[in-house]
Amino acid sequence: MTQLMTEDGIRCDGRKTDDLRNISIKVGVLKNADGSAYIEFGQNKILAGVFGPRDVHPKHMANQDTGILRCRYHMSPFSVTERKNPAPSRREIEISKVIKEALEPAVILKDFPRTVIDVFVEVLQADGGSRCAALDAAAVALADAGIPMRDLVSACAAGKVADRIVLDINNEEDQEGQADMPVAIMPNVGKVTLMQLDGVLTPEEYKSCLQTAIGGCKRVYEIQRKALMEKYFQTGEQ
Amino acid sequence: MMDVKRRYVIPGDIIATGPIRPEQNVYQDGEKMISTCVGISEIFENSVRVIPLTGAYMPKTNDLVIGKVVGTSPLSWEFDINSCYIGFLPAQDVFGRDYSPTKDELKQRLDIGDLVAARVANFDRSRDPLLTVQDRDLGKIDSGELIEISPSKVPRLIGKRGSMIQTIEMATRAVITIGQNGWIVVSCDDSEGLLKAVEAIKMVDALAHTPNLTERVKSMLGVPAGENNDTIND
Repeated sequence: MTQLMTEDGIRCDGRKTDDLRNISIKVGVLKNADGSAYIEFGQNKILAGVFGPRDVHPKHMANQDTGILRCRYHMSPFSVTERKNPAPSRREIEISKVIKEALEPAVILKDFPRTVIDVFVEVLQADGGSRCAALDAAAVALADAGIPMRDLVSACAAGKVADRIVLDINNEEDQEGQADMPVAIMPNVGKVTLMQLDGVLTPEEYKSCLQTAIGGCKRVYEIQRKALMEKYFQTGEQ
Repeated sequence: MMDVKRRYVIPGDIIATGPIRPEQNVYQDGEKMISTCVGISEIFENSVRVIPLTGAYMPKTNDLVIGKVVGTSPLSWEFDINSCYIGFLPAQDVFGRDYSPTKDELKQRLDIGDLVAARVANFDRSRDPLLTVQDRDLGKIDSGELIEISPSKVPRLIGKRGSMIQTIEMATRAVITIGQNGWIVVSCDDSEGLLKAVEAIKMVDALAHTPNLTERVKSMLGVPAGENNDTIND
């Protein structure tokens, strides 16, 4: 077993307990999609493309009262060390579902009855915490597509490693750590749209872990914001 | 002139708080006025709105749109109007009231692929937009160059009281038909004028969020600067 944390609190990749990995987001990278974003979240490399609102196929899925949101999270065969079968796995189906449900409260679907908004997320390289990174990219891609949203969605994980609460779990910590908690929030509205927990935490640890993750989400939000500002207003903030 | 406060916003940004009316692309959460899209917020005396910089076209009654015929049914044509909804043009609108599906052939008038300037006669949440060509300057477009721009930038291309589009038309002697859906047909006898007009339209599309755009377009087209007080507003 690898040592996940030194005695003075330095993690296996050299970060402190409350450090994020390096994050960079590019907006509008795909010409054929209505909106798109590319995120590098540590070693994660993820593309998100948004299409719509557009006609629903198959037709029976259409809703007369509201638009619908569909989401597909997919890992490329070359995204992990051993080739991954490109067919959707149980895990990918689950992540597609939770991403969809995390984005739904933010998107104003009522404005587009009888249509669908499709979100496609392709993981090119995976490194732990890919669902959070995918969600960050998908939210920015939705904003790029000009789909009305109540707020952006920012996601970040926290967890427990070597009996300490740490921010932004990487792949090793995910595999061998004690707990992993991905959280997504709508930062301005102040609501949590995704909260999962894998592992065991005491009530105190749980509270501190959630607070750590929310703090991380807010830092991710600033990066998302900057990326959108750069794309649309070149100069950044006015 | 009324004092208007402008700011660049993204979804979720709080534009203002207090008892004012949320308009275009703004949603109200208690006292807060929140932007729902990427754009430029404008706070007026008693209302607030966001001019979007991206987004699809949503049909509105009375909009002039340019559509492409994508199909026919016995009683109507179906149009791609660059929106998530398909536009319908009833056959009676073209053939008159005595239209009969057994006698008249729809494709003789408008075939698949034809471009048509039409007006949105009716549209609501429950049904697809109904088009009409019963007006001056509407109907089939025979010649010209089709350009696509982002529908959210159409007001900028038209400019305040049509200032931008007049500038381009006068400088290039082109005839420009602007559909609110972001499809534009430019026709011009002189090929150089056509190219210039196309270039100017693409420039507006790319630089829609910057101030003094009319002046910049004028200098690109080689028109002497006038006394047009262009602002970021449409």
